[in-house]
Amino acid sequence: MISCDQAATICHKNQYREASLGERLRLWAHLLVCRHCARFSRKNSRLTDLCNQASLHVLPEQEKEKLKRRLEKEQGQGPAS
Amino acid sequence: MPKRELHPDQWVDRYADYLYNYAVVRVNDEELARDLVQETFVAGLQSAPNFKGDAAERTWLIAILKRKVIDHYRKSNTFKGQAEVRMNFSPQSGQEGDWLEEMAADPESLRENDTIENEELGWAIQECIGRLPKKQAQVFTMKTMRGMRTEDVCKELDINPSNLWVIVHRARTSLMGCLNEIWFKQAP
Repeated sequence: MISCDQAATICHKNQYREASLGERLRLWAHLLVCRHCARFSRKNSRLTDLCNQASLHVLPEQEKEKLKRRLEKEQGQGPAS
Repeated sequence: MPKRELHPDQWVDRYADYLYNYAVVRVNDEELARDLVQETFVAGLQSAPNFKGDAAERTWLIAILKRKVIDHYRKSNTFKGQAEVRMNFSPQSGQEGDWLEEMAADPESLRENDTIENEELGWAIQECIGRLPKKQAQVFTMKTMRGMRTEDVCKELDINPSNLWVIVHRARTSLMGCLNEIWFKQAP
């Protein structure tokens, strides 16, 4: 039987489809007997659903760096007219 | 009410994703959306002396971006841009069923509402991510939004996988609490 901490980790991996079959079976067995983790697992899946539903777009890190440099340059010049 | 101030040095970290999301949904073009975000920040800097401090920084930036999006459609002279002057209610004007009431959207069609709701949800998630410690926000964004593989995230941030899952655990637990607070509680 796995611990609640281990169950949580597998549960997170599972959100990203990175849990192996063995891990998923162990998680499933744990959730059958642990109501606390079962509740946590439901909430965790809900979070995944919400993130998918919102289909969030993010700027790549390098684009952000470019933006920062551009703004610093702009600030250095002071407010343009 | 205390006067609010602008902190341009934090704009990119705090608002870039937020503004980018707003733009990309509207112009449906990632490169153009990136340009609009940059123009918004630059315009924000230039008009910073006019900032009166009665709106939140983010609201103020979104207002600028909104203008940029509208300007884009004006310039590109697309149907959306022309919609402001062309007021034909239907392509067959003058025919039966031309009354506005009859042209109104089917209330059963909830697609439009879904779009708005998803956008608000996106903002709520973005807001909650903004409240996370930087490392957690980074890891969560890389895994969830950019769909990066665990080993790639580990390499980029120089952490090991068990570290990563601990950080993911903290981030996701905080996000559940935060969304519960600002997203689910405000719903009627």
